[in-house]
Amino acid sequence: MNSQSPKLAPKLAANSLRQGPDARGHFGIFGGRFVAETLMPLILSLEKAYDAARQDPAYHAELKYLLTHYVGRPSPLYFAERMTEHLGGAKIYFKREELNHTGAHKINNVLGQILLARRMGKKRIIAETGAGQHGVATATACARFGLECVVYMGAVDVERQKPNVFRMNLLGAKVVPVQSGARTLKDAMNEALRDWVTNVDDTFYCIGTAAGPHPYPAMVRDFQCVIGDETREQMMAAEGRLPDSLFACIGGGSNAIGLFHPFLDDPSVELYGVEAAGHGLNVENGHAASLAGGRPGVLHGNRTYLLMDDDGQILEGHSISAGLDYPGIGPEHAWLKENGRVTYLSATDKEALDAFQLCSQLEGIIPALEPAHALARIVEIAPKKPRDHLMVLGLSGRGDKDIFAVAEHLGGM
Amino acid sequence: MTARLENRFADCRAKNRAALVTFVMGGDPDPAISLEILKALPKAGADVIEIGMPFSDPMADGPAIQAAGLRALHAGMKLKDVLKLVADFRREDADTPIILMGYYNPIYVYGVEKFLADAKAAGADGMIVVDLPPEEDGELCLPALKAGLAFIRLATPTTDDARLPAVLANTSGFVYYVSITGITGAARPDYSRVATAVKRIKGHTALPVAVGFGVKDAAAAHEIASNADGVVVGSALIDALAKTLDAQGRGGPATVAAVGKLVGELAAGVASAAKESVRP
Repeated sequence: MNSQSPKLAPKLAANSLRQGPDARGHFGIFGGRFVAETLMPLILSLEKAYDAARQDPAYHAELKYLLTHYVGRPSPLYFAERMTEHLGGAKIYFKREELNHTGAHKINNVLGQILLARRMGKKRIIAETGAGQHGVATATACARFGLECVVYMGAVDVERQKPNVFRMNLLGAKVVPVQSGARTLKDAMNEALRDWVTNVDDTFYCIGTAAGPHPYPAMVRDFQCVIGDETREQMMAAEGRLPDSLFACIGGGSNAIGLFHPFLDDPSVELYGVEAAGHGLNVENGHAASLAGGRPGVLHGNRTYLLMDDDGQILEGHSISAGLDYPGIGPEHAWLKENGRVTYLSATDKEALDAFQLCSQLEGIIPALEPAHALARIVEIAPKKPRDHLMVLGLSGRGDKDIFAVAEHLGGM
Repeated sequence: MTARLENRFADCRAKNRAALVTFVMGGDPDPAISLEILKALPKAGADVIEIGMPFSDPMADGPAIQAAGLRALHAGMKLKDVLKLVADFRREDADTPIILMGYYNPIYVYGVEKFLADAKAAGADGMIVVDLPPEEDGELCLPALKAGLAFIRLATPTTDDARLPAVLANTSGFVYYVSITGITGAARPDYSRVATAVKRIKGHTALPVAVGFGVKDAAAAHEIASNADGVVVGSALIDALAKTLDAQGRGGPATVAAVGKLVGELAAGVASAAKESVRP
């Protein structure tokens, strides 16, 4: 068993699950580069620039400095003692990405991409956002480096995530409410792609999740792997061995792939991705669980599991969490589902709301609604595990942004 | 390659003029009126017809074509219904080439082999699939060529000389030069740059080069036609169509007439360019 961190063990075994994607950006049949010709040269030049950057120690040093002193990494691996006692089974740890600057894991990826944009000489940054966490992270990094920032956000999401819209404006970003289609995250991504296709010379598209055309899924994953790498070292320090199971919520899936990827070649570590089941998987168009309720298709530059009708038209889906409300999923997750390495589960709006309150009351940590979905499955599974089972929740974001939406659902509490 | 497409470009060349390529969304505003519009296009002067296959998430299209796709989807259009439109049109017109234009996902879900067989049986001549660059030729382009259908590729201002051969390698029918970096229906292109670009592409291929994006009226059609083998007009026709719809988005005889009128003007613009330029 390979129990070393990838930094110490760069050479992977021939049968490693960590070698993807191939040169054309494919994870099995998933991934690829399904974009308009106008964007193709841009994507190729991005791939080239990223390949050069990842070989450059100066790039890594700059990123490391920012992650340490600007983001506050490493984020703690925290023993959730009262949650563990309450559930009466597995020993539960939280990987506390919600303590990062800007309150979520999104900043890890954004800084990697913004440093790359600077290397490429791009002065204008565009991004899409759902809940607003990626938008806030992008606006933050752009403020830090004096770059112009335009964030596309579905008009529906602008309404339900007002505090984040205000934050982005305060940080100097321009937030564009997207009125096309269903006016949520997928439409924001469409609009960002339309912007990119129009402003090809000076603009860098900072995608927020491990999806989109190659090299984005691999690149975003690489930036988020800091979550899993740290978890590995911290668990070794705390318990002297690897964790037994990891749980993370999945919208596009960037925090989950960042947590899981460093453990893919450790078969003893069980990996659980938790999708948003909204009103329930059996409610038509009432959930956002692409893996559980979708099938392979092509959207936003990659082949992956999608929620769609029989004619290939993309469905909107639903989740109480704007960050999980996306009809697709990163292509590496689609591949990991098909090869069985990761077990994909789901949690409903109600289960997430229950876990949200439980975490607040037992641990004094208000989680974002997104990781509350993963916690909901821990609440179910942890009691069935022995007390020496080490279980980790990827606590991907904090819940301040969600308190008004939650209050509305709970009738003002 | 289908003979229809080749013959039509050859006919236009013989008449010393560019071909007028018109785009309408299949099923917009409803299937019945859409068929009437298709039938009216050649009569008004269209040489080649592009029929849009509606898609929920048209990433490369501007507001006009997005709205057209949504109208068609709300009217219940599915990919099979677009193919039925082609077949219905083909019963009355054996010569006008038809190109299906859209995005890959509906085709992928329909099934590539079945789509190619059904499109060919319906009487389509080729396709333009916006989100399939040459890097993904194995998906649909190569099977289409094998099935005897043209796969028309977009070349853009970002397609440089180093990349152009790869873009042209499996292209057939004609090359569609996108005159601007941007979405459909956007700003008017810089005509002098278009002329240079067409010349550059023609240095790499013997295929006809048609130019689209941002062609809104007869004057623009005239300018483009002076420098290319074909002029593609889409959003302007859809704008003309949309202006005739009532508050519920329903069309009528005026809808067909409005599209026909604009096509007539565009055809005159294209024809007027023929007199002054000597085509090779």
